[in-house]
Amino acid sequence: MAGFQFFVEVLVTGLLSGVMYALVALGFVLIYKASGVFNFAQGAMVFFAALSFVGFMELGAPFWLALLLTIGLMALLGMGIERFVLRPLVNQHEITLLMATIGLTFIIEGLAQLVWGVEVRRLDLGIKDQPLPWLADNTGLFISQIDIFAAVVAGILVATLALVFSRTKVGRALRAVADDHAAALSIGIPLKRIWALVWAIAGVVALVAGMLWGARSGVQFALVFVALKALPVLIIGGFTSVPGVIVAGLIVGAAEKLAEVYIGPSVGGGIESWFPYVLAILFLLVRPEGLFGEKIIRRV
Amino acid sequence: MFYREAGQFHTNYGQDSQIFPLRQDRFAILTLLAVAAVVVPYLASDYWLKGLLIPWLIFSLVALGQNILTGYAGQLSLGSAGFMAVGAFACYNFMLRVDGMPFLVAVVLSGLCAAAVGMAFGLPSLRIRGLYLAVATLAAQFFIVWALDKFGWFKNDDPSGVITAQPIVILGHLFDTAQEKYLVVLGIVASLALLAKNMARGATGRAWMAVRDMDVAAEVMGLPLMRTKLQAFAISSFYCGVGGALFAFAYLGTVEPSAFTIDLSFRILFMIIIGGVGTILGSFLGAGFILLLPIFLSVLFHAVLGKAVDASVTSAVELIVFGALIIIFLIVEPHGLARMWQLTKERLRLWPFPH
Repeated sequence: MAGFQFFVEVLVTGLLSGVMYALVALGFVLIYKASGVFNFAQGAMVFFAALSFVGFMELGAPFWLALLLTIGLMALLGMGIERFVLRPLVNQHEITLLMATIGLTFIIEGLAQLVWGVEVRRLDLGIKDQPLPWLADNTGLFISQIDIFAAVVAGILVATLALVFSRTKVGRALRAVADDHAAALSIGIPLKRIWALVWAIAGVVALVAGMLWGARSGVQFALVFVALKALPVLIIGGFTSVPGVIVAGLIVGAAEKLAEVYIGPSVGGGIESWFPYVLAILFLLVRPEGLFGEKIIRRV
Repeated sequence: MFYREAGQFHTNYGQDSQIFPLRQDRFAILTLLAVAAVVVPYLASDYWLKGLLIPWLIFSLVALGQNILTGYAGQLSLGSAGFMAVGAFACYNFMLRVDGMPFLVAVVLSGLCAAAVGMAFGLPSLRIRGLYLAVATLAAQFFIVWALDKFGWFKNDDPSGVITAQPIVILGHLFDTAQEKYLVVLGIVASLALLAKNMARGATGRAWMAVRDMDVAAEVMGLPLMRTKLQAFAISSFYCGVGGALFAFAYLGTVEPSAFTIDLSFRILFMIIIGGVGTILGSFLGAGFILLLPIFLSVLFHAVLGKAVDASVTSAVELIVFGALIIIFLIVEPHGLARMWQLTKERLRLWPFPH
């Protein structure tokens, strides 16, 4: 049954890479759910967070100190973004905010390059990038330990964030802000603080995603383009759904890998670059708000 | 004092509805065109022509296309570089496979090919809007570049991977010096810009703007939504395709998919953001700004620091300044350089009086 075993391996690899996409997409969803802004700069934030973490470790800081310093740095970045980009653009059209975050992408990329340089760096999390022995022995599947760790971490993050958004007062305030900035302001929700908080949390999520991606493939500039891959995940899952992100990530990851392996050879390969987008378009035509997103209501 | 319409009376509808109602404006634009067509080729060095003026004109044309789609019709698109690639490869293939194909005809045909592709990828716009549409156009960008790369037929199965564009021959005359290429590009861009201005002023442009502002209301009013949106995609892709063909033939000299990356799509979007969304002049101003900025920055570095700085530092600072400028423009003047120019003109009409 070599064919089936191969299929399962490809499927599992795809699912795990999908989890990685979901981690990046999670930052997007957080910010969109809490401020109605589509943060195009999330990929750059992932890159910047990973680079800073590695940079601090290279400067001699131990693992935990580097982690704390980077979390602090990302929180500062979040507050700076809120103060200088979001506050002047309160209640503007969503496309304007999107374009502002595209500008932000360039600033963060430039900053990362300026402060930490352009060399590729290795990120060592202390977890070996080797298959789990007992899994390999029992089922013949070779799955890297890093991938499994990433899946577990992603699961915990998603569960925590889903609970925060749906059950806590802060979560409700965040959702109110996302719905309508001006209305939230008028009922007394401290917009500035909420935004700074959300962008800081998104920065920390970006750090987690960056650390896991970096452990897998090294911290390099190509990490920024992972953000582009997260877009189909967002579309399929819905922009406002935290659990949707994981489901959609799994779908995109699995579909991408399976398409590459089974359909790829007949058209020359390289399908991975556009297949998730075409999949997203097909989903959009059938279900415009994504699998778990809120129905889009437009008032004329 | 000088920029007033006192004494200029319009006596028929033609005069009333001209693009430049003021005599001073007409004089200025005709002088500008005359200088561009006659004086510049004589005085400008090859570097200026090849490195600045030709790419500026070509990018203005592509930015015009992007402006039609995103600025006038309100469909956010990130696939302009892909449509440029279609234009470039179509032009190459038409000149290659059809004996005796005139260059200008090939350019028009390649624009039409790009328009067809643009309409195909614009079909999702009938169902989805805003950011989702941007992602659909991203799909177009990635898919087009992949397809042009993968299928050797487009490249005439060339093993070297770098295809040289054919020389430009119009009515038997070979256009291969920088001045001649500049004149060809100037002619094509000026006529297409005039066409775009008239389209934007007319019923077509008004239909686009209605769709941009509120498409449901436009449909309720009776505008054929599908036709308007697809028309916007088609015309915009035509402009991008012609721009792409000129990009490959008059600027780069080679036809390769790797010249049309997602990065280029973003740059074109920035050109219209900074230049002014929804204006014709904005495309030209934005293209010029984006092209001149790296040069300006490196000159600034030289002047301030006195020595050549490491390339990665200048490119990093360039990125930061780029991004910062976009955010500043969005905060301070969301309608871009074109609006700033309009405000200047309005002040000029009052000068020297304050109001």
